[in-house]
Amino acid sequence: MSKVQLSNVIKTYPNGAEAVRGVDMEIQSGEFIVFVGPSGCGKSTLLRMIAGLEKITDGQIHIDDGLINDVSPADRDVAMVFQNYALYPHMTVRGNMSYGLKNRGMPKSEIDKKVTDAAEMLRIGDFLDRQPNQLSGGQRQRVAMGRAIVREPKVFLFDEPLSNLDAKLRVQMRIEIKRLQRRMNVTSIYVTHDQTEAMTLADRLAVINDGKIEQMGAPIDLYNNPETLFVASFIGSPQVNLLPVTFDGQHLVNGNLKLAGFSDLPNSKELVLGIRPDELSLDDNGQFPLRVDIVEQHGSDNLIYGGILGATDDGVEEMEFCFKTSQDMLPDLDSTLTLGFNAERAMVFDKTTGDRLR
Amino acid sequence: MKQWNWRLISTHAILIVGVCFMSLPVWVAFATSTHSAEHILRNGLQFWPGSDFVETYRQVLFVDGGVMKSVLGTTMLKNSLILGIGFAVGKVIISMLAAYAIVYFRFKLAVPLFWVIFMTLLLPLEVRIIPSYEVVAGLGLLDTHVGLIVPLIASATGTFFFRQFFRSVPDELLEAARLDGATAWGFFKDILVPLSKTMIAAILIIMFVVGWNQYLWPLIMTTKEENYTLVIGIKQIYQILAEGGELPQYQKAFALTILATLPPVLVVLVFQNWFVKGLVESEK
Ligand SMILES: Nc1ncnc2c1ncn2[C@@H]1O[C@H](COP(=O)(O)OP(=O)(O)OP(=O)(O)O)[C@@H](O)[C@H]1O
Ligand SMILES: [Mg+2]
Repeated sequence: MSKVQLSNVIKTYPNGAEAVRGVDMEIQSGEFIVFVGPSGCGKSTLLRMIAGLEKITDGQIHIDDGLINDVSPADRDVAMVFQNYALYPHMTVRGNMSYGLKNRGMPKSEIDKKVTDAAEMLRIGDFLDRQPNQLSGGQRQRVAMGRAIVREPKVFLFDEPLSNLDAKLRVQMRIEIKRLQRRMNVTSIYVTHDQTEAMTLADRLAVINDGKIEQMGAPIDLYNNPETLFVASFIGSPQVNLLPVTFDGQHLVNGNLKLAGFSDLPNSKELVLGIRPDELSLDDNGQFPLRVDIVEQHGSDNLIYGGILGATDDGVEEMEFCFKTSQDMLPDLDSTLTLGFNAERAMVFDKTTGDRLR
Repeated sequence: MKQWNWRLISTHAILIVGVCFMSLPVWVAFATSTHSAEHILRNGLQFWPGSDFVETYRQVLFVDGGVMKSVLGTTMLKNSLILGIGFAVGKVIISMLAAYAIVYFRFKLAVPLFWVIFMTLLLPLEVRIIPSYEVVAGLGLLDTHVGLIVPLIASATGTFFFRQFFRSVPDELLEAARLDGATAWGFFKDILVPLSKTMIAAILIIMFVVGWNQYLWPLIMTTKEENYTLVIGIKQIYQILAEGGELPQYQKAFALTILATLPPVLVVLVFQNWFVKGLVESEK
């Protein structure tokens, strides 16, 4: 159980790429933190700096009270699970799991006990004498986790550990990782670009964009109260509906649309209105005429995609919207639905800065 | 169908001619080595085995003065083996270490150094044979196994092969090992060496054959008969034949030649699978 603290951490690669541009973060003991963000935003770089696999250009990283900037990876007492597992191909599962302990000079009997216990916990006990190429993807993943677990490190680091698995296995493993982490109560940092994984695993979620933390907090808070346009559009599936608007003193205006219920917004600026697909509802007095394009049936609910008549954006007529509804709502294609929304729960952003205005 | 048959026949005919071309001399050498010296002198090269097989090979291998003035065939065989094995093992060790340094240690001169090593491929031993001789003589290593082997083991080819191989090993393995607390030496011995097993085997085999066939360097290096390798022995015995004198011992010369070809052939046959695997394997 350990705290991790990052202060103004910066990474510039030798080729000049600024991968991380000043990250501050305090991670409590036993917390499960997820870094999420688009490809190339610097998630892996940040994680690898904590692991010691990348040099820290500037700033400080502490684990517990020790500054670890110049501590070697082995001495940081962290364990990492890699995306491609990185198992030693010529060693058995047992060999893979015990290698780190052997290097630390642990007596053989103790190693055996730890490996057996961890294998039990991960249900790979039957495979201990196999080599990685005789295992399925899911089993390899477990071995990679086992290799991390036996070390009993201060911090677990995961870099997209599930992205090589098929969808069903991914869900299983996700639950298992969460369960293991609860049980072992080890501080964990998990990198992913899958927002379902991010939402479900995290105690706290850090949304990273272009080397900086956009917002950090409990997943549900980020969903309900995104502070920026980026976070609003990144968190939530299906994505939030975005409509460029201006404010005329009483209404938000786009083309023929005039949306009431807003006040205290700047007149002159370009704004963006954000409405989650499940905040829309069928409403005969509603403001959005939606021409139905595609209906996706997901089982318990349907997603209806279509264009909003009269709404434009830079020459695009009929802004695309998504409407989430129940499974018995099956409109004809090209029919028009009238949708309303709750202005109280809608979000408004400054289009240029991306800041949330209300 | 007919045309296809023709093709089959002609390709096979070419192959068979090729095989005969390559193996007939070896066969003639073997057949001749099993006849007596008088028989050969009278009738020339022989195409069918005679009755003196046991006698000739016993003389060559085990009888003092049977083939050279004093050295036995077995001693030369031993010297050749020491050279072949020492050469191969030395080359593998040196080139693995060199490749390890070049690939995994980011020192400034790694790339230029690699190209320098690579360029020595263009310079055969013959180019540096005089200075090498000077150095070895200066160290008092003439007529020793160490002096015979060490100057030969630096290997651009081996370094190049291992470098390519190490570069194909995923970086994550190194990173995982670092997190697992492996030292630089630990990573090399616990991970890289076992991963390179088939590669090592292939290079060992090739280099054994190359070492076995070394000619010029051992010729210059060895002055005492007891240090002759088989290849040098062959050279000497043919020289004696050419100089004439008493009844020429052609059968012994041929026997020595056959003995010199056997070990490399055996090594390649026995380790064929490993050899091929090492050269074609890409899946790690
Ligand atoms: N070794 C490197 N040398 C130079 N630039 C690098 C290096 N590694 C990463 N970068 C750059 O740093 C930025 C961040 O990379 P990083 O791998 O951290 O992204 P990521 O968020 O993990 O993306 P992904 O989701 O695709 O894995 C990228 O723009 C990348 O091009
Ligand atoms: Mg990454």
